[in-house]
Amino acid sequence: MTLQELRAMREAGKKAMERRIVEDKTIEIVVGMGTCGIAAGAKETLDAFIDELASKEIKNAVIKQTGCMGFCHSEPTVAIHMNGMPDIIYGNVNAETARQIVHSHILEKRLVDKHVFDRPAKDIVKEN
Amino acid sequence: MHRSLGDFLTDLFQNAVEAGATLIRIEVRQDRSRLHLVVTDNGKGMTPEELRRAQDPFYTDGRKHPERKVGLGLPLVIQTLEGTLGEFAMESRPGEGTKVSTVFNLEHWDTPPMGDWSAVFTQVMAWPGSHDVELVRAWGEGKDHAYQVSRQELREAVGSFEDVEALLLLKEYFRSQESMEDGK
Repeated sequence: MTLQELRAMREAGKKAMERRIVEDKTIEIVVGMGTCGIAAGAKETLDAFIDELASKEIKNAVIKQTGCMGFCHSEPTVAIHMNGMPDIIYGNVNAETARQIVHSHILEKRLVDKHVFDRPAKDIVKEN
Repeated sequence: MHRSLGDFLTDLFQNAVEAGATLIRIEVRQDRSRLHLVVTDNGKGMTPEELRRAQDPFYTDGRKHPERKVGLGLPLVIQTLEGTLGEFAMESRPGEGTKVSTVFNLEHWDTPPMGDWSAVFTQVMAWPGSHDVELVRAWGEGKDHAYQVSRQELREAVGSFEDVEALLLLKEYFRSQESMEDGK
């Protein structure tokens, strides 16, 4: 594929893309990609999020990479911010867990309990 | 320990970004028995003393994580290369930048597998920041199977690097480029 072809493919989807740009990107997924995250397989985790969001046609999400979030013992770590759910940091997120997070947390708004590494205090969760 | 050779590139690349580089050149060249991975940046560079310390796992400048006592990025690369009869060289000048050159021995039993370069290059290009990245990829000694692309060109082609569709297209682009290897 040439850069021109890449541009053309992007142009082809541009109308749909422009519609999405005016919508709010209400879901933010941040994957920790420091040395610790990389060593624990964060590359596969990030890749799984890209593929799963695409296959579920979830259009209002952005995926960001960041360095070490300070939780080296629980890598790969992923932070999820979205409306209607508390801000959550999930730990030990491999590709399978990434798919589970898309399915449960993002689509069904249910926490993936076994991987919740950090979250606001309970009273804050209740407020949401 | 890193699982694939691509993981080492991700790590070296992030060092360059953290050094404040505005231009990072990545060269990935492989032949039957060797993978040459070279990352050159125009970041803040290091003094000879800092360069020496950066290779020590029990040293960190303490700026990124004030409570930490370790810095494992470069030491992991060096450890792997030493254990697999690879080659490592690093040169740096304060205010000018740093060049890290590695040669991985693909015939050594303990050398990690190659990994998915399409995914690695997608991640590297999508790493946030205003820097540019110049990627040069080649197979063999000649130029028969090679491609070169910059982050700026890709950004112009796909727009935001945070959009899922753009990330998929990026991966597809690199996959098509990487498939040239099959035709060699």
